Amino acid sequence: MRSKFAIVTVCLLVIAGCERENREFRQPPSASEVFNSIQVSGLHPGGTSPEGGPAVPNPYEESAYAVSEGKRLFAQYNCVGCHANGGGGIGPPLMDNVWIYGGEPGNIFATVMEGRPNGMPSFRARIPEFQAWEIVAYVRSLSGQLPKDVAPSRSDHMQVKPSESSMSPQRPTGITGAPESHQ
Amino acid sequence: MSAVRALGLSAATAAMSVVAGCRGQQSVMDPAGPQASRIEWLFWVVFWIALSAFVLVMLAFGRAAMRSGASKDEPPLPIIKEPPGDRAATVVVGLAVALTVIGLFSILALSAVTGAAAAGPTSKNPVTIQITGHQWWWEVTYPNTQPDQIVITANEIHIPVGKPIVILTKSEDVIHSFWPPNVNGKRDLLPGNQTAYWMQVDKPGIYRGQCAEFCGYQHAHMGFRIVAESEADFSKWQQAQIKPAKDPSDAETIRGRAVFMSRACVMCHTIRGTDAGSRVGPDLTHVGSRQMIAAETLPNTRGALAGWILDPQGIKPGNRMSPNPMPPDDLNALITYLQSLQ
Repeated sequence: MRSKFAIVTVCLLVIAGCERENREFRQPPSASEVFNSIQVSGLHPGGTSPEGGPAVPNPYEESAYAVSEGKRLFAQYNCVGCHANGGGGIGPPLMDNVWIYGGEPGNIFATVMEGRPNGMPSFRARIPEFQAWEIVAYVRSLSGQLPKDVAPSRSDHMQVKPSESSMSPQRPTGITGAPESHQ
Repeated sequence: MSAVRALGLSAATAAMSVVAGCRGQQSVMDPAGPQASRIEWLFWVVFWIALSAFVLVMLAFGRAAMRSGASKDEPPLPIIKEPPGDRAATVVVGLAVALTVIGLFSILALSAVTGAAAAGPTSKNPVTIQITGHQWWWEVTYPNTQPDQIVITANEIHIPVGKPIVILTKSEDVIHSFWPPNVNGKRDLLPGNQTAYWMQVDKPGIYRGQCAEFCGYQHAHMGFRIVAESEADFSKWQQAQIKPAKDPSDAETIRGRAVFMSRACVMCHTIRGTDAGSRVGPDLTHVGSRQMIAAETLPNTRGALAGWILDPQGIKPGNRMSPNPMPPDDLNALITYLQSLQ
């Protein structure tokens, strides 16, 4: 009885794990409500400020497929032309923790859709909104802000990883009982 | 004995009629050029060798079955050891092994010779075509030393009849395989490795081909067609394809172009002669002149274009084209513009 219960639990866990690889090809025609709730300008009518606006969660940050699609689109729509593969060039680098216009998903989405001064063009109406969100998820993965199991793991380009010198030296595993004090 | 012979004969007839059913569109049995004829010849050689082996085995089996006249009730015959002087069994087995080895080796040798002949160059002055595999469509380029004479199209390969063609193959993403069965064998398209694939078509007509290496979601819908036409028709087609897109003249078509330029279309497609210049999707400069869209999936009609533009993920789930919901008037104008690109 107990083993049956364990098998069922394991199966459920495995099935739940498939969310990560869930692939939705047909997108709902519109996701514009989300888009309208993002604050783009600091100026507000009536003198009151909604203090940064509501934080918009990115539905794609949990999906490995969406992030890999974002990676493909990042090259396909020529984001790499200015930002290189995250390292920056004409445009600012995207793999550090400096965000001129904010590093929250909503900020990056607004940057892509509305453009920013000094060269970032607006991709409004050119990139479907779900693809923009996929690109946002990928951009945030560049600076290591996404769960590890979601971010593309085998990149051919520069990656954000802690440098080896900053890591605490690890003792080789498998050696037991070897005294360290002999030096 | 005659019963066995009749069995063999009927098996052969059945096999022949099954094989005959394979003739026609996208078939190795219906060769349209010298390379395909060689492959078809090899097929029949292998077929007859295999068939004779089958008939021989069946005859031997039948003879053995009939000779032992034992009924069910009798005890099985004891296994008799071969007497030292009698070498019949050794001779028979030796012969069978020798025949098998000869048969298999001749098939191996013939297939090597045929493969080399079908793959090898046939001319010093061929028509050169570059085929690039993409997920999930074929980019077709007719290179030229003069950049303004280059033709770029997709999924439709026009060739002159009776002239040697060399196809330079490569891939942009994963491994694909170029296979027009009526024309020549398969050739893998490898990322980062260009190969030369020779072919020739002697009968005018349309020959369908297909990606033959699993390459992702829409592998099954990654088709192409070879349009073999007379030299005159081919150069007429080529001259038309070289030209940049015609500027629209009436209000509807002008609006259609504006829709194309202001929506997601322009992010992936090229229309030479306009601002659209992205190389992600197929070149649409002369999309109106093509017979099919979406890599041999849909006929190039107003309805099919509308369905494809609005909901490509419903027609070919997983493909690289994004859905483009738009008002009906915009869609109508866009399709009118696309169809005007002859």
